[in-house]
Amino acid sequence: MTVTSSIKSPEALTLAITAEFPAAVERVWQIWEDPRQLERWWGPPTYPATFEDYDFRPGGEAAYYMTGPDGSKPRGWWEFTAIDGPTRLELNDGFADDAGNRIADMGQALMAVSIADAGGRTAMTITTTFESTEQMQKMLEMGMEEGMGLAMGQIDAILAE
Amino acid sequence: MCNQMVVDQLSEDAVDRLFQALSDATRRDIVRRVSAGPMSVSGLATFYAMSFAAVQKHVAVLERATLVTKEKRGREQLVQANPDGLALARRLLDEYEDIWRQRAARITDLLGDVPGAEAKEPS
Repeated sequence: MTVTSSIKSPEALTLAITAEFPAAVERVWQIWEDPRQLERWWGPPTYPATFEDYDFRPGGEAAYYMTGPDGSKPRGWWEFTAIDGPTRLELNDGFADDAGNRIADMGQALMAVSIADAGGRTAMTITTTFESTEQMQKMLEMGMEEGMGLAMGQIDAILAE
Repeated sequence: MCNQMVVDQLSEDAVDRLFQALSDATRRDIVRRVSAGPMSVSGLATFYAMSFAAVQKHVAVLERATLVTKEKRGREQLVQANPDGLALARRLLDEYEDIWRQRAARITDLLGDVPGAEAKEPS
């Protein structure tokens, strides 16, 4: 398993998940730095993400949408609040309307990423802090409707290797 | 604190009921809808291509799993999310953890890909 730890706090509405990868710190940083690589893992194959704008610098913003199996295209925005390559990244993640404008009352989640050498492997920890259970729920709906089905597809892919 | 410990120690049966309740797309949808505010069973029934009785059965499964509560209001049965917000938060964090586990697996695949070798032959 690549995930080495997962700490959930229902009281604080946070999830801190750590995964280890067999690659260098600089290589793992690229999966955030390069939107084309980001698109290959952010959304599941049945609900892929497309990043249209990607201004990867402190204060910069990103605009993206997911494409659902039913053709729906929920949109989101990111705002990079801290970028300290290749080890630290912080961003806010929220919803946007069809025109790409932020939907303020849907709230936002704060994501803090830290990447560190772990003796030849690289450990990445993502700590997500939500504002409310309601917001967490809406965020999950975005790209999660087909959750069960896609997980099965991925297990098939792994078994076929 | 004491209450918290009781909540954390769900019996095997309770966990089974929870997972079974959430294994169905309609039931997950019902939980999402009533989390936003209470709804009557007949109101819920308008969203699904199934009978009122079938929706009522789904609600009963969710009720047994303590995900929702049902309350009589006049002639209507009002369904609402279980007021235990922590249980809901815990469930949502579990789902979010799943998403990240899947992402971690995709990242591992991505990092294993040789640059330029776009189409990896399944062996």
